[in-house]
Amino acid sequence: MDFDLTDEQRLLKDSVDRLIADQYQFEQRKKYLAEPDGWSRNAWKQYAELGLLGLPFEEKYGGFGGGPVETMIVMEAFGRGLVLEPYFATVILGGGLLRRAGTQVQQQALIPEIAQGKLKLAFAHVERQSRYDLADVATTARQDGAVWVLDGSKSIVLHGDCADRLLVTARVSGDRRDRMGIGLFLVDPSAAGVTRRGYPTQDGLRAAEVTLSGVRIPAGDALGDAGGALPAIEHVVDEAIAALCAEAVGTMQAMHDTTLEYLKTRQQFGRPIGQFQVLQHRSVDMLVALEQARSMAMFAAVMAAEEDATERRRAMAAAKVQIGRSGKHIGQEAIQLHGGIGMTMEYKVGHYFKRMTMIDVLFGDADAHLATLARLGGLFGNARAA
Amino acid sequence: MDLNFTDEERAFREEARGFFRTEVPESVRHKARDGEHLTKDEIVSTQRILNARGWATVNWPVEWGGQPWSPVQVYLYQDEMQQAHVPPPIGFNVTMVGPVIAQFGNEEQKRRFLPRAANADDFWCQGFSEPGSGSDLASLRTRAERKGDKYIVNGQKIWTTLAQYADWIFCLVRTDPAAKKQEGISFLLIDMKTPGITVRPIITIDGGREVNEVFLDNVEVPAENLVGQENKGWDYAKFLLGNERTGIARVGASKAKVARIKELAALEHVGDRPLIEDPRFREKLAAVEIELKALEMTQLRVVADERKREKGKPNPASSILKLKGSVIQQQLTELLMDVVGPYVMPFQRESDGRNEPVIGPDYATEAAPIYFNYRKVSIYGGSNEIQRNIVAKAILGL
Repeated sequence: MDFDLTDEQRLLKDSVDRLIADQYQFEQRKKYLAEPDGWSRNAWKQYAELGLLGLPFEEKYGGFGGGPVETMIVMEAFGRGLVLEPYFATVILGGGLLRRAGTQVQQQALIPEIAQGKLKLAFAHVERQSRYDLADVATTARQDGAVWVLDGSKSIVLHGDCADRLLVTARVSGDRRDRMGIGLFLVDPSAAGVTRRGYPTQDGLRAAEVTLSGVRIPAGDALGDAGGALPAIEHVVDEAIAALCAEAVGTMQAMHDTTLEYLKTRQQFGRPIGQFQVLQHRSVDMLVALEQARSMAMFAAVMAAEEDATERRRAMAAAKVQIGRSGKHIGQEAIQLHGGIGMTMEYKVGHYFKRMTMIDVLFGDADAHLATLARLGGLFGNARAA
Repeated sequence: MDLNFTDEERAFREEARGFFRTEVPESVRHKARDGEHLTKDEIVSTQRILNARGWATVNWPVEWGGQPWSPVQVYLYQDEMQQAHVPPPIGFNVTMVGPVIAQFGNEEQKRRFLPRAANADDFWCQGFSEPGSGSDLASLRTRAERKGDKYIVNGQKIWTTLAQYADWIFCLVRTDPAAKKQEGISFLLIDMKTPGITVRPIITIDGGREVNEVFLDNVEVPAENLVGQENKGWDYAKFLLGNERTGIARVGASKAKVARIKELAALEHVGDRPLIEDPRFREKLAAVEIELKALEMTQLRVVADERKREKGKPNPASSILKLKGSVIQQQLTELLMDVVGPYVMPFQRESDGRNEPVIGPDYATEAAPIYFNYRKVSIYGGSNEIQRNIVAKAILGL
């Protein structure tokens, strides 16, 4: 057992950390936000040059064969920088779905494009009624000769406004919440019958509402086994949760660091406010919450590759609860300990808090995951728990 | 990063599990599991079983009976011992006075005290706290005056755990009242049979006698019982308190408590279904399990980091082990109360003559006493507020 990074991982960490330190200071980020896409095309190009866009993919497709630990390294740095580019949507979600559900032909065609920064993807899955239930899909796909015809509406599609292709879930058979009968389709957003409306999310990132009305998809654009896509989707979402946990740790660390710095420099009553014991203790509790979250993000990274879906689910549910709770605690305290300045858009801490708050609701908030873990019988005293 | 244990580590875990579960009598382990007070003989005989294998003093220098184990092995040893509900070796002997004597004592003291402490031939207790010196330990006033080849000790110690069993007490005493408070303290070993020592029990809110007051009235202590140098006792005390950085989280013990709660919640019914099937109860338990899993990972990070770290430089993450570990232990005692429900009420402890047959299910007897007793966990060894002060200063630089 060891928590050390390999030499390659250390190199990766150094280069991503440097990139964020050089290119993603708060003032630079403001400029990226103001660009037409709401993020930086130039940064995207640099991610491609550094190999970050091909990180989790096989080398034969132009990737680097990285695993969950490599993803953790990148996402933690991105969380510190509050990165705006569609990395999570394209590489983690879209790329993950291609990797786990795509045919060889689709992988060969598309993964090298992702790695080179030429193809952006978005996962169009959430619907108005589905909340956090991955099996709740009302959008339909019916076969019409050699094509699939898709009808339905998808909501809060992360970075759906800039995506070159959408990965759309649709029901091929069964009832709305059935686990069987869910298919996954590659949709060209410029195809007839697709409309999308982009908008910013609370954290400054982007999303889109997508409607599909009689959209005709060639049979070759169905991913893998049309109708049996849910297990692959669940695995990708679990990997995505592990990635979000890492991002959250970077964000929490930044809030903790920023707050600590403020406590040491802000003078009131003739001394730095960090000399007041009540603030010292609250700051320590933030550190405790951060370290507990970091531990669970590591646990999530290691368990993201687990093939036993139930064990993986337990781990991700537990990690997401910890991240949600630690994040809320640290975020709220960071604002409170800053006082008025923490409330302003011109100061960075509030932006961290907003991203942290959005991470909690992505793919299930703390309450939803706690209910899942409770249903599965908890973490200890089960067959495989040590 | 590889969070799997190696084959050797897994084999070691199996070995430890087998040893603890076959060699330590089940009757003792069940008493410990259920929170019943162990007799002195049970504590001592368990330690002797461990010591016969060299497993009572694993953290000591190898030449004095320690094990050349990796930090991971020490962790696995603790984890398996706690999960098997094995009463640990007497902490005062093994994690406190033993390492201090091994580090700072002279050869004569090492030969005289260490083997006997390892085998529980001497039962040690700790004389640190005083009525006026709790969190502010360095303000202690018990006085030791040098007279020829003796110290004359006068004062009072409090919260002295299991002093009623003890053969020896290691004390912090003031030898230089004129010096700055940390600089006039010495570390003295005192035979409990010495005239002038009186032990008075303190009954705690659980109804048990775990702690005592110890009065020292003109107690004559041979000067050879001074450990290290006069007036350097505070340094040794700090060494002692920093010695046990990871065990304090008691992750293994909490895992065992979770397993026990699940067992018992399957036996208790709410309406026509077992409590363990109640979603609200499951969520409450799962929430604690998550914190415990995170703490276990944090502990493993500290353990893995230990081999790279200079001695005496604690990992920042280690600071949270006590803060979080104590709260988790307390939460689990609350959950056990929830499981037992109304049968927490009958008071049936041995000090009042145990009710026979017990009222209600036998596992209910100790639920409330344990809950009351465990309020201590966030107070002893430096209260959680003191821990926060330490972290704020040492780690956050505030």
